[in-house]
Amino acid sequence: MSDLLLNPTFLTAFIVAAIAASMPLMLAAIGETIGEQAGVLNLGVEGIMLIGAYTAFVTTLSTGNFWVGLLVGSLAGVLSSVVMLVLNVWLGLNQIVIGLAVTLIGEGITSVLYLQNFAKTSPGLGVAPSFDIPLLSGIPVVGKAVFQQSGIFWFCILLAVVVAWMLIKTNWGLSIRAAGQKPSSLDAAGGSVTRVRSQAVLIAGAFAGLGGAYLALITTSTFTPFMVNGLGYVAIVITMLSRGRVLWVALTSLLYGVTVAVGTALQLTALSLPADVIKMLPFIVVMITLVLFSRTTVVPPALAAPYTRGAR
Amino acid sequence: MSENPSKMAGAMSAVARAVIPVILAIVVGGIIILAMGKDPITFYVKIFQYGLTGTNWMRSLVLMAPLLVIAVGLIVAFRGQLWNLGYGGQFLLGAVVVSGFGPALFAVVPGPLATIVLLLGSAVAGAVWTVVPALLKARYGTNEIITSLVMSFIGAGVVNLLIKGPLKDASQPIPQTKVLDSADMLPDIFGTKVHLGFLLAIVIALVFQFVLSRTSFGLRMDVFGASAKSANHVGINSTGMVFLVFALSGALIGLAGGIDVLGHESYQRANWDPHYGDAVMPFVFLARLSPVAVVPLIGFYSVLATGGILAAQQTGLNVDFLLVIVGLILIFMTITEFVTTRRALGQSYMPVGLKRSVTGLFDSITRRSNR
Repeated sequence: MSDLLLNPTFLTAFIVAAIAASMPLMLAAIGETIGEQAGVLNLGVEGIMLIGAYTAFVTTLSTGNFWVGLLVGSLAGVLSSVVMLVLNVWLGLNQIVIGLAVTLIGEGITSVLYLQNFAKTSPGLGVAPSFDIPLLSGIPVVGKAVFQQSGIFWFCILLAVVVAWMLIKTNWGLSIRAAGQKPSSLDAAGGSVTRVRSQAVLIAGAFAGLGGAYLALITTSTFTPFMVNGLGYVAIVITMLSRGRVLWVALTSLLYGVTVAVGTALQLTALSLPADVIKMLPFIVVMITLVLFSRTTVVPPALAAPYTRGAR
Repeated sequence: MSENPSKMAGAMSAVARAVIPVILAIVVGGIIILAMGKDPITFYVKIFQYGLTGTNWMRSLVLMAPLLVIAVGLIVAFRGQLWNLGYGGQFLLGAVVVSGFGPALFAVVPGPLATIVLLLGSAVAGAVWTVVPALLKARYGTNEIITSLVMSFIGAGVVNLLIKGPLKDASQPIPQTKVLDSADMLPDIFGTKVHLGFLLAIVIALVFQFVLSRTSFGLRMDVFGASAKSANHVGINSTGMVFLVFALSGALIGLAGGIDVLGHESYQRANWDPHYGDAVMPFVFLARLSPVAVVPLIGFYSVLATGGILAAQQTGLNVDFLLVIVGLILIFMTITEFVTTRRALGQSYMPVGLKRSVTGLFDSITRRSNR
C-alpha cells in the first residue's frame, strides 16, 4: 500500500480520476445551486444530465470536435429545462412531479435512442486534446495530473468562478437570492420574480447539460444508457449541504471525486473490494454526511413554492 | 336525491381528468415514435394484442400484483405529504428476503408458515430501510426526497452484494439466488395462471381505502399531511407520524418485492431492477391518492408494460420507451390539473400544501360559480 502511494504514476492516475469524477457533479450542482437559490427545485437534473450527455456524445462522435459537443450538450440542457420554465415558473405547477417527469423522459429517450443507433457498435470518443500549461505542467505528479487537462476542464473551472462571483457580487445574484428567500420583497423592489426565476432555471439547465456533456466527453469518453446513475441526485444533496456557496459546492464535489477515486484505487490493493461496494461508497459517504450535518442543511424558504403576487 | 346529478358530474370529471392525460401522453408518445422513424400505430396495437388477447391478460394481472401494492405504499406516504422516493431499494430488499432466504426456509418449515414469515420479512426489510430518512426528517426536517433516494441506491448495492455473496447459488455461473421450488410458490387462483398475490394486492388496496378514508387514523394522517403544525395543535404526535407513515409505506413496497418473487419471479439475479415504482408514480396521482381508484389505472399500465416488451422488440424500439410515456403522463397530468383547477371543476389530486398557492388565485372565482 505505502509503495503504491509513493508511485508517481499511481498518484497521477488517482488525481486525474478524482477530478474526472468530481467535475460533472460540480457543474450540475452549481446549476442546481442557482436554481434553488432562486426558489426552483430542479429534480430533473438526472434526466437533463443524460440528455446533455447523449447530445454531446452524438455531436462529438459526428464532428470529432469536443468543444462543439460541449456546447450542444449544454444547449440541450437549456432546451430541456424550457419544460420546467413554462410549467413550474410560469404556470406554478408542482416542481417535484415535473422534475421526476423530466428525469423519466430523459432516461427513457436517451436509452432508446442509444440502443437504436449505437447498440451494435458502442463507439468511444477517444481522449480530448490536452491543454498543457507551460512551466506548471512540468511539476512532477501534479503537473501531469492537473496542468495537462483538456481545455474544457479549464473552461468549466472558469465558468464556476464567474458564476460564484456573479452570485455574490452582482445585483443579479442578489435578485436570484431574493427570489428564493422572499420573492415578495423582490417584487416590491421592482424586480420580476418570474423573469429572475426563468433565468435561473435556464442557467441551471445549461449547467446540468454541461455536467452531462463533461461526463460523456471527458470522464468516460462514451455514452451508456443510465450512465448518470444517481449523480444528479447527489448534486441536489451537495447543493443542500453547500447552502448556496459555490466554493463549498466545488469542495464537496471534489470530496465526492476523491471517494470515487479511493474506491477504484482500493481495487488495486490487496483489499480488492467488490465493485458493488465501490459503487455504493459515494452514496454511503453522502448519507453519513447528511446524518452528521443535517442540522446545517438550509434551503431557501421559498424553495419549490410558486410565487403568486398578493397570495398569503 | 337532488345531489345525484352533480355527484355524477363530479365523478365524470374525475374520470375525465384521469383519462385525458393518459390519452395525451399516448398521442405525443406516438408522435415521438413517428419522429424516430417507427410506426406508432403498430406499436400501440401490438401492445394491446400482447397485453390482453388470448391468455396474455393473465400475464398482465401477474404484473399488476406488485405494482398495485407499491402504488398503495406510495399513496400512504404521499397522503402524509412524505415523499418516499426510495421505493427502488425498498422493493429490492423485500424481494431479496424471499429469494435469498426462501429456499432454505421452505426446507425446514411447513409451506404456509414459511410463506407468511417470508412475506412479513419482506415488509420488515422495506420498513427498516425508511428509518434513517424518517429520523432525519423528524429530527432536522431534512428533505426526505433526497435521503430516501440515496438510501435507495445503497439498498440496491446491499442487495447486489448479498446476491453475489452469501445468498449466491454456487451451482450457477451468473450471480443469482437459488430458484424456489414451484411447489413453494404462491398457488394460482383456481382455473387461471394468476397467483394469489394478485388477490392479496386487491385486498390490500381495499383495506387501505377503508383505513385511509373511514378511520380516525386515516383522518389523523390527512391532517398531518395537510399541515404538520396544525396536526401538532390538535394533539397528533407528528414525529411518530413521520416514522409510522414512512414505515408503512416502506413495508408495503418491500412486501410488493416479496410477492413478486414468491408469486412470479421465483429467483433473483444481481442487478435485477424492474423500476416498478417509477412507473407507478403518475397513476398514484391520477387516482387522487385513492387506493381503490388506482386499481383500474394500474391495470391499464400492466397491460401497457406486459404488451410493451414484445411490441417494442417487434417495432424496433426499446422497452425503456415506456419511461417516456410515463413521464409524459406526469406532465400532462399537472397541466390538466392546472386547467381544471382554473375552471374550478372540483377537488384536486395534488397534495394540498403544494397547490395552495396555485389555487389561491382562483379561489374567489370558485366561490362565485359554486353559488
